[in-house]
Amino acid sequence: MKILNYRFVVFLFCIFFGIFLSLPSFFQDLGGKKISLGLDLQGGLHMLLGVNTPEAVNSKMKSIATSIKYFTQKEDILIEELKINDNVVNFLVLDSDEISKVNEMLNEIKGIDIKTSKDLYYTITLTQEQIDLTKEQSVLQAVETIRNRLDQFGLSEPNVMRQGEEDIVVQLPGIKNSKDEQKARDLISKPANLELMAVDENRADEVYSMTKEDAAEYGNIILEQNDNSYTKYLVKEIPILTGRQIVDAQVAFDQSNQPIITFVLNSSGARIFGDFTAKNIGKRLAVVLDGKVYSAPNINERIGGGSGQISGGFSLDEASNIAIALRSGALDASVKMLEKRSVGPSLGADSIKAALFALIAGFLLVIFFMIYYYGYAGIISVIALITNIFIIVSVMAIFGATLTLPGMAGIVLTVGMAVDANVIINERIRELLKQGISISQSIENGYSKALRAILDANITTLLVAIILYAYGTGPIKGFAVTISIGILASMITAILGTHGIYDSLLSKINSSKNFRRWFGIV
Amino acid sequence: MEIFKNNKTYEFMSKRISFLSLSSFLIIFSLVLIFTKGLNFGIDFSGGTLIQIKYIQEAPIKKIRAILNSNKDYKNSSMSQFGSKEEIVIRIAKSSQDLSVDIGDKITALLKSTGNFEVRRVDMVGPKVGNQLRQTGLIALFLSLIVILIYVSFRFEVRFAIASIIALLHDVIIALGMICLFRIEVNLDILAAILTILGYSLNDTIIVFDRIREGITTQKESNLEKLVNMCVSKTLSRTTLTSLTTFFVVVTLFLFGGEIINGFAFTLLVGVIVGTYSSIFIAASFLVQLKFSIKDFKDKEALKLKRKKEKDDMRAMYEQGRI
Repeated sequence: MKILNYRFVVFLFCIFFGIFLSLPSFFQDLGGKKISLGLDLQGGLHMLLGVNTPEAVNSKMKSIATSIKYFTQKEDILIEELKINDNVVNFLVLDSDEISKVNEMLNEIKGIDIKTSKDLYYTITLTQEQIDLTKEQSVLQAVETIRNRLDQFGLSEPNVMRQGEEDIVVQLPGIKNSKDEQKARDLISKPANLELMAVDENRADEVYSMTKEDAAEYGNIILEQNDNSYTKYLVKEIPILTGRQIVDAQVAFDQSNQPIITFVLNSSGARIFGDFTAKNIGKRLAVVLDGKVYSAPNINERIGGGSGQISGGFSLDEASNIAIALRSGALDASVKMLEKRSVGPSLGADSIKAALFALIAGFLLVIFFMIYYYGYAGIISVIALITNIFIIVSVMAIFGATLTLPGMAGIVLTVGMAVDANVIINERIRELLKQGISISQSIENGYSKALRAILDANITTLLVAIILYAYGTGPIKGFAVTISIGILASMITAILGTHGIYDSLLSKINSSKNFRRWFGIV
Repeated sequence: MEIFKNNKTYEFMSKRISFLSLSSFLIIFSLVLIFTKGLNFGIDFSGGTLIQIKYIQEAPIKKIRAILNSNKDYKNSSMSQFGSKEEIVIRIAKSSQDLSVDIGDKITALLKSTGNFEVRRVDMVGPKVGNQLRQTGLIALFLSLIVILIYVSFRFEVRFAIASIIALLHDVIIALGMICLFRIEVNLDILAAILTILGYSLNDTIIVFDRIREGITTQKESNLEKLVNMCVSKTLSRTTLTSLTTFFVVVTLFLFGGEIINGFAFTLLVGVIVGTYSSIFIAASFLVQLKFSIKDFKDKEALKLKRKKEKDDMRAMYEQGRI
């Protein structure tokens, strides 16, 4: 008697590992790798964000202009008409003797094309390579920044991933109501672009009669105050400092106990800030956040030490959001919402309940039918079927897959399809037995004949599932994964597993010869 | 228990013209539906916003409609009951790109006066994503067909591949027709269901074709119609049985799986029924209709065998050091 054949042993291993590895998923409080529930089942917020990459190119140009301005002022080189237009920086050097100095400086900036006309008028553009690089970096930076912000926000398991060229997927299972959601969205969307800008005191009085174009003539822009759009400021377009030079930002309170944000600049930022304030005593400095002027205090003395503050009637929540955003860095480019799915926790719970009920009810129906139709062979098939479910769950757990609603439907469906391999085999064996072939031969031939059909049928389904995975998004991917794992598992359990069981029981079947009981043959 | 006696051969092929006519009728009917009524694309593909709300009492649909219709931004929104009387779904063609503004929040603010409710789901899909999803969906469908065509041609023969693709298209078109007829909202999950039908129906068809392939090499029968009848009859109990078990599962999913997967389950239900029908009556009929030649196939197989034998002989000679 050969009870322990290799197929049976392998199958026993599959059963053992299947049960062992799927336990953490069934009892979620156990340790170990487990399947996590998708947002549609546990509730939460899923967003697809698009990065406005052209903005990053724009801000790159701005920073180039800023450094040109800083350098020429430091070296006392006189330039005029420093302007940015459609990602082109123009300026005119007044003294031709200083051309070499200017060229030397420009040569240190990477990734730009420099053109000059009449030797003195400079036109600077970014190389295509640099534009692509800047776009690429802006997406990476946005992913990093959003992740940082959400980490500091204190949500459980935020998941931020890049998708495709310029898109970002954000998944927040911790979001349970629309208030939390609003907070999270605000935090993510805040560009947190801090700029310290010089107020053009020479023309400050004319600001209310100027148009955008008039202001541009002088290299200025008109900005509104944050809490009052009627108050306007005329500031130099090119900022003195940007948020990039910030190393820390915190919420503090001023004398009247209003929340403010204090920030600390890095060493080069502190030097630039010190130099600028020393030269501009008596003038105003505008603190600009995301294109709005928050305050424009007078410069009374040189400010060393490189720290500053933003005040502007914030609520505490607002102030802490801005501080987080400043700390984790500005977004070089703004993000827009492309897709949003939010599921309340109660709906998720209902979905699980319904799908689980359908899964169990469908499964029981199949079990009863198989045993009724095939007798003992049906019981063997059911063992394979149950093992199949354990294997699907454990493989998903190993890969840390998430179970979504379509994924659950996928499992339900695999149960239906996994029966197929068993049915094909059982039918073959029945057929051969009826032809009067011996039991052991019928089983052997039945399996070998069924194998080709099962393989061909399953491989084609698998190919479709792979395409589904490659071209699907989110939930569809989950569905494709469960189906693929299910197909592979069903081939193991049906071809190897049940064959092993038959081999072990062969002598018993031989001595009983009761085909009705064993294979349900009438 | 046995449903079909294994040794009985049913005369499927002599009635194939009536089956093919029935199928043609269904396909034309479906196509007319698809092109006149059109598919009811949900927000996944058309873009827009969907809000699912559950009230404590019965949802006051009339009141909600009146409130939303009086607001110019949401004039063309539609609303319907979802699963129960307490629950409704509001669909709005608009979507917002701005992260700080949320249509869902705006609607809930507008509906404050209608009673106590809980917002259970807000889905927003921008137009760009919708287009992208539609495109990738079509690519997936198209690629699947090509891969199937290649694989089946490789494992069987070109005519088997063509017949199986026709059977597939048959199933998919009729399923789409039913989706049209019952105004099922077409979202990503329906696409997944359609692709599952593809896999399922193919599975069924290939099992039948495998029998025919086997029959050609093992049976002496040289009349294609008789051979096909024999082989389809032999797989009949398997086809019915598998369909039945899958049917059990899909029906429970349809009846008890919850409103959200209802459309998905419905599509599968149609797919299982049509898929079973097509693999028994349609796929093999097309094989006969395409004038598949047993003799050619046998000759080809024989040639393959001969080549393989020659190769083996050469190898044997080589190993014995004769070349």
